[in-house]
Amino acid sequence: MPTLFLFGASEGGLFDFDATLPLMAVQVVLLTFILNALFFKPVGRVVEEREDYVNTSRAEAKKKIAEVERLETELKDQLKEARLQAQKVILEAEQDSENLYKEALALANSEANASREKARREIDSQRNEALNQLKSEADNLGDLIVERLLAKK
Amino acid sequence: MGFLPFVFPLAELEVGQHLYWQIGNFRIHGQVFMTSWLLIGALLALVVIGTKKMERDPKGVQNLLEFLWDYIRDLARTQIGEKVYRDWMPFIGTLFLFIFVSNWGGALVPWKLIELPSGELGAPTADINTTVALALLVSLSYFYAGLSNKGLRYFEYYVHPTPIMLPFKIVEDFTKPLSLSFRLFGNILADELVVAVLVFLVPLVLPVPVMFLGLFTSAIQALIFATLAAYYIGEAVEEHH
Repeated sequence: MPTLFLFGASEGGLFDFDATLPLMAVQVVLLTFILNALFFKPVGRVVEEREDYVNTSRAEAKKKIAEVERLETELKDQLKEARLQAQKVILEAEQDSENLYKEALALANSEANASREKARREIDSQRNEALNQLKSEADNLGDLIVERLLAKK
Repeated sequence: MGFLPFVFPLAELEVGQHLYWQIGNFRIHGQVFMTSWLLIGALLALVVIGTKKMERDPKGVQNLLEFLWDYIRDLARTQIGEKVYRDWMPFIGTLFLFIFVSNWGGALVPWKLIELPSGELGAPTADINTTVALALLVSLSYFYAGLSNKGLRYFEYYVHPTPIMLPFKIVEDFTKPLSLSFRLFGNILADELVVAVLVFLVPLVLPVPVMFLGLFTSAIQALIFATLAAYYIGEAVEEHH
């Protein structure tokens, strides 16, 4: 037994190597296998499963966020388009109503003009007629007066 | 005790005395195995309790075990590298856990209450046999890791980067287990001795900070041993270009 005497121990000592060494080595190797089966494998499985779960959840969440953002921009675009459309519709409607108003005004004006013209023409023709009548009557009267004067003589 | 200048009743410490168990032709240090079995039993009990009902939302002991697992994985991954750290993680983790519970068990459990016919109970890592056994296992592992990963190309490591390194690298193979075992053994034994001597000289108050220092040292030594073991394995499997 190779012993190195320290602190005056009569047997053994600090550097007393014996079968403790290989037995301890075997014990630690056994412990490694036991801990591998009882501790490292199961805990590793749980931890890695959780890591996978977290990773996939995060990836899914990211995908969902991207989807939401895409939808948001799409909806914003749609909203903008709809606003533009609405403005255009309003503008068109205003233009239409203005046109209709103008058309109606023009129609009314022209109708008024036409009826005024017609009235004027009627008046003219009636006046002419009346004048002609007066003229012919004055002629007749004149002729009559002349006849009568000539007859009296 | 004759060579000490005054009679120092270190006999109370019984340094270097062992409880021998005779098994056939072999003798083993009984006190080392008694404490190591108790501490391994405690460790296994903790592991069994913690892994009994594991859930995705960890509760209680499972948290502690997962923290330890994560810690060991980071240690193994940073030292050994992404490629093969999985193969060696149980070994590195066992070294760390075994040394840690041995050191702390030796410091925290009041073993002195149990009287033995010879020797005394203490940290299993305060026995040179234990630390040398662990260090030799590390040596075997890094040789095995290097040879199984790279085959005979492992020996390129000895002449890398130049053949001048060859003698140094060969010497390193001997100094690695030597330094590993003596560092752990010396630290833990010295811690036990300092505490015991202080308790003997000044039984009150003074030993307490040294005891805390001892706990700190114990944890650090476990970490150092595991880290160096992982580093040696990492060195052996590393690809040189």
